[in-house]
Amino acid sequence: MFEIIANETLAPMLHRMVVKAPRVAKARQAGQFVIIRKDDESERVPLTIADADAANGTITLIIQSIGLSTQRIVATPVGGHLRDVAGPLGLPTHLKKWGNVACVGGGVGTAVLYPLAKALAEVGNDVYAIIGARSKDYVILENELARFAKAVYVLTEDGSAGQKGLVTLALKDMIEGRLPKPDAVFAVGPVPMMAAVAEATRPAGIPTTVSLNPIMIDGTGMCGGCRVSVGGQTKFACVDGPEFDGHAVDFKSLSNRLKMYRRHEEECRVGLKEKP
Amino acid sequence: MASNSLTPKERLAIGRVHMPEQEAMERARNFTEVNLGLEEAVAIREAQRCLQCKNPVCIQGCPVNVRIPEFLNKVAEGDFASAAAILKQTNALPAVCGRVCPQEVQCESKCVRGVKSEPVAVGYLERFVADWAMQHEADATKSTAEGGCATKTMGAVAAASSSHASKPAPTGFHVLVVGAGPGGLTAAGELARMGHDVTIFEALHAPGGVLRYGIPEFRLPKRIVDAEIRQLEQLGVKIECNVIVGKTITLPEILREFDACFIANGAGLPVFMNVPGENLNGVYSANEFLTRVNLMGAYISGPGRTPIIRGKNVVVIGGGNVAMDSVRTARRLGAEHAMIFYRRTEDEMPARVEEIKHAKEEGVEFHLLEAPLEVLGSDDGWVKGISMQKMALGEPDASGRRRPVPIEGSEHVVECDVVVVAVGTRANPLLTATAPELKVNKWGYIEADATGQTSIPGVYAGGDIVRGSATVILAMGDGKVAAANIDKYLKTKGRRA
Repeated sequence: MFEIIANETLAPMLHRMVVKAPRVAKARQAGQFVIIRKDDESERVPLTIADADAANGTITLIIQSIGLSTQRIVATPVGGHLRDVAGPLGLPTHLKKWGNVACVGGGVGTAVLYPLAKALAEVGNDVYAIIGARSKDYVILENELARFAKAVYVLTEDGSAGQKGLVTLALKDMIEGRLPKPDAVFAVGPVPMMAAVAEATRPAGIPTTVSLNPIMIDGTGMCGGCRVSVGGQTKFACVDGPEFDGHAVDFKSLSNRLKMYRRHEEECRVGLKEKP
Repeated sequence: MASNSLTPKERLAIGRVHMPEQEAMERARNFTEVNLGLEEAVAIREAQRCLQCKNPVCIQGCPVNVRIPEFLNKVAEGDFASAAAILKQTNALPAVCGRVCPQEVQCESKCVRGVKSEPVAVGYLERFVADWAMQHEADATKSTAEGGCATKTMGAVAAASSSHASKPAPTGFHVLVVGAGPGGLTAAGELARMGHDVTIFEALHAPGGVLRYGIPEFRLPKRIVDAEIRQLEQLGVKIECNVIVGKTITLPEILREFDACFIANGAGLPVFMNVPGENLNGVYSANEFLTRVNLMGAYISGPGRTPIIRGKNVVVIGGGNVAMDSVRTARRLGAEHAMIFYRRTEDEMPARVEEIKHAKEEGVEFHLLEAPLEVLGSDDGWVKGISMQKMALGEPDASGRRRPVPIEGSEHVVECDVVVVAVGTRANPLLTATAPELKVNKWGYIEADATGQTSIPGVYAGGDIVRGSATVILAMGDGKVAAANIDKYLKTKGRRA
């Protein structure tokens, strides 16, 4: 059992939770994730580790509660417990000094981007964060990113915060030299966003890393459910990723695979609404 | 107690028992156990078939060397408690082995009764004795807890099981076992019985390994696995779940904390067929398909539970036990056509004879001498069929089995909405990638000698991470051998400074 140390709401349906998991906290590196089960009946849910405190034995998770399983997790109060926390899983982010790095986050993807951006800044990169959201309420971690980033560019679809438009708008400004030119790009967000980022950087040949979150069960390579096609080869996101070369990922196949249980998820949501 | 004093002639006159089963068409739609187990009188009669050979070759056929004639003799006498005690001295998981061992190529294949008629049903009797003991131990515990007076039989069970479960004097050595599957559990039980302090690190959220995630409920009920694991915990074995060696902790870190280590982290990454369309929605590795159903309980519908695609027409590629488990599971999930496609013939199928028989009875369709060319999909990325090619058997290959050769022009499409790929696994790299001193072979499996010893002193390994894909009982055999050698190693090495 893993105790909840803190639980706060960051934005609508977005929680920051601190969980006691000493072994994971000690071993964790940027870019890695855990698999969580709330209780005995729950699915295994992969979640990126946003931060870790080895001394206190805690990890921080930023969780978007869109499905029943994540809702159950975020509903756990401080002092309550999660049945299972397994990790850290996946390969850590390959950290090197690129120079200028554009870190692009879309929606809750910004939560996955945050530890990555921080680690890139810590090895001496100049980090430029581009974060996109539906509207003002969904803009997250702007202040946290500002602590180490050279600049944080905010974009919203409705223009209620920052510039109106998609993240690629600011990215193009960087690529085309209106803003500092990126030597590398890291992007985390919905599949269409990551695909658009990869297309934007492809002509200039800017190395682009994306962090994928396909459906998975064990997270240790055993099931192969998280397989993605990268450069024509089948890779397992849990053991070979979750970060891959954005120019080589088959986003169409990834997008299809993410829809595999959509019918089940909708049935779940209907069930939720019917319940008082 | 009855005496087991039949003449050989009388023994030879008894025909082999049939295992009572759930009716085929009924069980093809549920997940409860297929085999119902033997009645006491039937078990006694079957045990009387054993000729009590002076040179019991059956024991040589058993990877953990169960003293078969001895325990059968006790069954024949009706002394099931003593039979259980004998069984448990050599086998840590008898209720499991009685259900999943391929006895027809092990103990029963050696039985002299098989020469002229059929071998003694050692597997059925092992299951009978283990189940009997489990039931009576539970009853004995219950009656003690209720302050009731245990019957004579229960007293005998308690005595037998306490001799089995009694804790020896602690040696002070700490041993870490990687993986709570059959190999790890066996080693842990043996080591605990020698007085060592044993901890198991299990990567998943529940112990059991392949017994938990791989073998379905209808073949091995999870309550059996739970009960066997409880017995090990009573011996003092500690199991910590959610610890992935190679990720949560590395082997070098483990060796700083523990005096010795047994690695049995099991089968690894699923192998796919390397044909186009394998990443379409509805294509599963057998590992994923079975894990969803067995570990995650996807066959029980409910909000928040792990989902699974229930196909109408399910194609399973492969001919081993995992393929049989997958196809029979698909049938139970509601498939109208649950189909096996295998590139050789039934003679070459590695699956247990009983699994093939059960699958056929349950309406599974067998398509032999066919191999997949391509998985076909719809525009939105879902499986709609699979292109197959007929094969003929050619010359024997390296495995000694005749090599399947494609027949040109025999390509045809099989309509389906789910494909399960059960063509094997390759080595899991997580542990070995973080233990550079641990020698692996060219396929990534750990190199271990006949004693289980690896390239690092004090580190032993066994089961699928050494053998590739093998069986529950071979992993258990490895666990047993390694435990004995770890004990020797610790005694030679002496206590840490």
